[in-house]
Amino acid sequence: MQFPVLSIIVFAPFVAAVIMLLMKPEAKNEIRVTALSAAVFDLVLSGWVYYQVYMHPSLEYQFVEKYEWLPVLGISLNFGVDGMSAPLVLLTGIVMFTGVLISWGIDDRPREFFAFLFLLAGGVFGVFVSLDLFMLFFFYEIAVFPMYLLIAIWGWKVTREYAAMKLTLYLFLGSVFSLVGALAMVFVNYQNTGVITFDMLALEKAGFSQAFQYIWFLPTFMGFAILGGIFPFHNWSPDGHVAAPTAVSMFHAGVLMKLGAFAALRVGIMLLPEGAKQWAWLIFGLAMVNVVYGAFIAMIQQDMKYVIGFSSVSHMGLVALGFATLTREGILGAGLQMFSHGVMTALFFAAVGMVYDRAHTRQIPELGGMIKPLPWVGIGFIIGSLVSMGMPGFSGFVAEFPIFMGVWQVSGLAAILASLSIVITAAYVLLVVRRAFFGEMPKQFEHHITPITPLDKVAIVTLCACMVLLGLFPGLMAPMVSTGVENILRLLGGA
Amino acid sequence: MSLNLLAILPEIFILVIGILVLILDPFWKDESRRINLGWLTAGGLTAVLILSLLLDRPSEPVLAWGGMVRFDWLAFVFKMFIIFASAITALFFMDVEQLGKRAEAYLLLLAATIGMCLMVSSADLVMLFLAIETTSIPMYVLAGFMLDDKKSTEAGFKYLLFGALTSGIFLYGLSLVYGFSGTTQLENMRSYFTSLNPISVGVLFLLVVGLGFKISLAPFHFWAPDTYEGAPTPVAGILSTASKAAGLAVLIRLFITAFPQVDANWQLILAVLATLSMTIGNLVALAQKNLKRLLAYSSIAHAGYALVGVVAGNELGIKAVVYYLIAYVLTNLAAFGIIAAFGRVTGSDEIRAYDGMSRRAPYLALAMLVAFLSLSGMPPFGGFIGKVLVFAAAVEAGWYWLVIVGIINSVVGVYYYLTVMKYVYLYRMEGENEEAHPIPVTRPYAIAIVVLTIGIILTGTIFAPWFGLSTDAALSLFF
Amino acid sequence: MDFISTHLLTTILFFPVAAALVIWFLPADQPKAVRWTAFLASLVPFGLSVWLWTQFNASQAGFQFQEQYTWFEAINSTFHVGVDGLSLTMVLLTTLLTPLAILASFNITEKVKAYMMLFLFLETGMLGVFLALDLLIFFVFWEIGLVPMYFLINQWGSPKGERELWGGMKVSARNYASLKFMVYTMAGSLGLLLAIQMLGVLFQTYDLMTLTEKWSGFNEGTLLGMNVSTVKAISFWAFTIAFALKVPVWPFHTWLPDAHTEAPTAGSMILAGVLLKLGAYGFLRLVLPFYPVESQYYAGWLAFLATMAIVFGAFASFGQTDFKRLVAYSSVNHMGFVLLGIAAAAKAIGTQDATIALNGAVLQMFNHGLSAAGMFFLVGVIYERTHTRNLNEFGGLFPLVPVYGGILIFTSMASLGLPGLNGFVSEFLVVRGAFGVGYAGGEWNYMAVYTAIAMLGLLFTGAYILKGVRKVLHGPLNEHWAHGEHKLTEINTREILVMAPLMILILILGIWPMWMLDVINKAMLLLFS
Repeated sequence: MQFPVLSIIVFAPFVAAVIMLLMKPEAKNEIRVTALSAAVFDLVLSGWVYYQVYMHPSLEYQFVEKYEWLPVLGISLNFGVDGMSAPLVLLTGIVMFTGVLISWGIDDRPREFFAFLFLLAGGVFGVFVSLDLFMLFFFYEIAVFPMYLLIAIWGWKVTREYAAMKLTLYLFLGSVFSLVGALAMVFVNYQNTGVITFDMLALEKAGFSQAFQYIWFLPTFMGFAILGGIFPFHNWSPDGHVAAPTAVSMFHAGVLMKLGAFAALRVGIMLLPEGAKQWAWLIFGLAMVNVVYGAFIAMIQQDMKYVIGFSSVSHMGLVALGFATLTREGILGAGLQMFSHGVMTALFFAAVGMVYDRAHTRQIPELGGMIKPLPWVGIGFIIGSLVSMGMPGFSGFVAEFPIFMGVWQVSGLAAILASLSIVITAAYVLLVVRRAFFGEMPKQFEHHITPITPLDKVAIVTLCACMVLLGLFPGLMAPMVSTGVENILRLLGGA
Repeated sequence: MSLNLLAILPEIFILVIGILVLILDPFWKDESRRINLGWLTAGGLTAVLILSLLLDRPSEPVLAWGGMVRFDWLAFVFKMFIIFASAITALFFMDVEQLGKRAEAYLLLLAATIGMCLMVSSADLVMLFLAIETTSIPMYVLAGFMLDDKKSTEAGFKYLLFGALTSGIFLYGLSLVYGFSGTTQLENMRSYFTSLNPISVGVLFLLVVGLGFKISLAPFHFWAPDTYEGAPTPVAGILSTASKAAGLAVLIRLFITAFPQVDANWQLILAVLATLSMTIGNLVALAQKNLKRLLAYSSIAHAGYALVGVVAGNELGIKAVVYYLIAYVLTNLAAFGIIAAFGRVTGSDEIRAYDGMSRRAPYLALAMLVAFLSLSGMPPFGGFIGKVLVFAAAVEAGWYWLVIVGIINSVVGVYYYLTVMKYVYLYRMEGENEEAHPIPVTRPYAIAIVVLTIGIILTGTIFAPWFGLSTDAALSLFF
Repeated sequence: MDFISTHLLTTILFFPVAAALVIWFLPADQPKAVRWTAFLASLVPFGLSVWLWTQFNASQAGFQFQEQYTWFEAINSTFHVGVDGLSLTMVLLTTLLTPLAILASFNITEKVKAYMMLFLFLETGMLGVFLALDLLIFFVFWEIGLVPMYFLINQWGSPKGERELWGGMKVSARNYASLKFMVYTMAGSLGLLLAIQMLGVLFQTYDLMTLTEKWSGFNEGTLLGMNVSTVKAISFWAFTIAFALKVPVWPFHTWLPDAHTEAPTAGSMILAGVLLKLGAYGFLRLVLPFYPVESQYYAGWLAFLATMAIVFGAFASFGQTDFKRLVAYSSVNHMGFVLLGIAAAAKAIGTQDATIALNGAVLQMFNHGLSAAGMFFLVGVIYERTHTRNLNEFGGLFPLVPVYGGILIFTSMASLGLPGLNGFVSEFLVVRGAFGVGYAGGEWNYMAVYTAIAMLGLLFTGAYILKGVRKVLHGPLNEHWAHGEHKLTEINTREILVMAPLMILILILGIWPMWMLDVINKAMLLLFS
């Protein structure tokens, strides 16, 4: 029996949350240190898992642990990683770590803040490594309600209550639709085989009928895809991004939306492959709307956080697009894009948060010249912008290029349309950089812009390093994701 | 021990405790009376619980007392939770003004507990009716216990009137059942109700009215909000949990044991009622400003959710209902307990009175968060597992539309539960000096709430043992 | 040493990046240390490329000094570099101009560290394009070079000047120029990107040599629901537009005057000296080999555009009052010749005339690199002293700054194409080759017409160069610069050192061009016969 790394990764945040809740609320620094230690711990472990999967590529799941939980219903605590999920586990570790660093300054009840944040993190880890359908939902829901509390309590005063409630209701509704789909799968499988099980590996072999898959693919996929921000159910995302406190935005855009896309892949596409093939055209079309429309809307926003929020809608559209092509390159690109965009958007939100904390405004026309007092933030934002527009040499290009290769295999016209978004993204992102960071700094900010802390710098450097490394050496992640993709293609019938 | 004794062992023990309370009460001085009464009752009930678990586990289902009582796992599981709920309620009673130091309150509680235990093990119509009345009458009094509180009196009175009326209807239905089948034994009835005809539907309907009242199912729910609001909070707690659970147990027994053949009809009726309950409960809850009323409507909705499992009618469905009720008992008791603790200090049950509570009593607020999240069906709490199981059973049985209704209602529920928590965590008190207005929680309340919270989390995470209990309970029905 | 000789190209390619990283850790308050480190570090790739030149075997077919490493295996792209005569010439140009440009930037005082780092990153970006033998790597370096140039123009460009945008919003000229440069090039490259994606999907590889073979021979059947020839025509234009934008070819040239004018002196040197050559290189390395049929078919269009560039560029240049803008348009004019040579070669691939035209084109690339860099630098010299580029404000400066005047005249003559200097050789070759193609098989065709018009353009080249020189150096002395605080100072040693290598090379190539032409010629024969 090998060391149960995955269980520890998943449960460590929960344990940390309980420990913190038992600490005195006045012991703010002790609380922060506890949070940071737990984050570092999980980061190291997830990095180690990544390294191991990298060194031993395999089509099978690794670090598999299975504990019977409710044998009567075939529910077990079943963890494992493959090429698709290992990068996402690492991503969560990175975002958790940098999120804690960025939130160091939270002074209003940090105990509850970090406790809820860690509940969220634990839930996210759980979904990425779950190989049991019931547990996937279990952890998925755990990742939803802390968002409400985190946004409503520590978010931006103007819209936090509205945004938090909208987000929670949307996500909950989406997830329960997928739950019904999943339950239908379990019970039809039970009827066919006489074995009731929630084990996803067993369900992959279930061989559901075409008609069944045709009916159930859409609710199952779309329910999760709502969390992935698919049009027309993306509405919750920009408001949620803007209202949330910085670390929560980082988690939200950086990890949570990937959760949705990933779960849609695992439960929708991998368990109902025939349904996927039949409905791919619809997902493709919706994703195209995401990509192009998201970019256009981002262009006209005045609030920096809304720009990033809509840009996330656009970039997550690329993930859905990659999945919808059902090709090797497309899914590979989508897998890489989940990681790349996760890191990039975490960096963006961190940077915006740092500017906002000092300038108390996010309106682009009101900002200017921020690079002088905040050079690290500026450079970080610039690197993020380059990733965002798919500049080669950075992870964005490495991710978007294969997606486009996949799109070409479906429709050349779509590839051309989607590439428009690249140009638009370049235009608006450069404009934001120029207006907010260069140019004249408005008088009211003089002497009010304090430099960032060393912890902030560590966070920025970590995130930038990931994007640059992946951009220069795609071999660090692409082979691993490829093995995951092979697995998926096998299920799709070698498409 | 003889079978008959074993079958009602818990009830006998409870009776003993009642007698002890009655005897010892005059000997205690006023100041220590409430402490002694409370701990005696709670401790005694806990002792009963432990003893029963050790000595009284059933094996094969058997009838006892000449067919009056059925000694099986369903009865056993429900009895244990009813006794547990009573013990917790006794703890809650202790610090309520006018209630805590009155031995009568504890006696009434014990009497109602006996009634509920008998309800869940009744195998005979007469026994059933007797048990229901044994439960209801003490409850009427408890609801109206606070003599100088107009709302309490109103609560008690309304409950009494409604209860009496629906009791009558139920009795009429029972008598018709006897008339048509010629027997009062539940087990013997099934052969007489094999086919659909207007009479049997009408009879069923009468029974449903009576039971529907007990479990506050819409459209028989109108008593619930006023009663919950006016009654002393711990009484509302036990009304909404144990009493409801007992009622559902009876419903399950009746419909699975006595009328299994007429599936399609009663399933549809129950499905409609479930829909009504969920919808009315959730929608009206949205408008509430009083937390106890909100919880009242929420309990109506939860009765609806539980009923979905009964509608499914399959094995998984019954297991799901039992599990749901276990989780629900723990959760709702916790919710009402917290409200009692809060109301004791602030004197208000308005939702807006809870503004800033998280700063006044952080741990109490956390417990409230746990309870409310469990109510809304979020993991890792029992409410989530319960809901998933119930919906799973419905999906398995093909009741897709009902599941959709349930889902949408759950979402509505999430909305108002989270809104309450929003006030607790986000909003501030007038003057923003929460530090100066803490909410002290007395020891019995602390113990009770901690036990309940742990229970909610356990039912939500390590759910195999509880599911095992539910399975035993469910399977014992299908014999 | 052994490592360097086996990894020569990657050393040349990445040494500037390594140097930039070293500079990052230097203290920011020591600009002198930063400048000298950057300068000395940039001499290393130059030295290595000279050595490479000596080691290169011009008669050997194929690419030499190849290196290949795994990069993005998942989509069949490897990190593959190599040189042939064509790329070697360009590498030499790049590694020569970079140190000179850095030396020219010694007068920059703001944010010196960032400036030098960006410059070195830029060098790697440009070298990467010339050395890439994998289409994806080519594209990566192509795009990456944009970023440092964007910031160089944006941050260190001319501080004065404003442009008004739609909606009445005013932005500084350098912001306008840098954004226009970036967005134009990216938009132009979009077609290239899409075409590359399509090729990668079709052939499951990005290796240049494999693709050249397969794609140029892929002429039958349907693709993406359309006729192969249609698809090839569209992707031909996609490639062409991307490169045409860079060269720049009329009418895609409008980014150039702004970018060149607003860029800092050294930035303009590199822009005109090397970056424009990236576009021409793209034509030679990718367009002609991948699309021999389409190139021939559309050669007339290309020649037309080239001729327009020559003529309009010259006219535009002539009409300028801003010295720098005059030189900027002169780039359009001179690069037009490069494209004319390419167009002629496209029309008649494999003939001797085509080879002559190609020789001319490639040599013109090198020559123009030298002379344009020189001209921009000289403009920068005078600007630094007078803070104006307006030709009308100069006048008769020769007696004040005779050395500068001499150098300016020398370089201008090179630009003009005076026989004896390098410009003449390359322009002659282009015209000779194009004319030859225009008279192929004893019949006159359109190429002859275009060539004739181009020669008219040559006339105007002379016109604008002489106009520029006259306005600055000759005529009545503008007293403003003669006395007091505005008194012009002579060109100093550092600046002479910047110009010296350029002038020497200009002269050598003008008198004895064989050493370079031989390499180029052999390369062209091997590539296109």
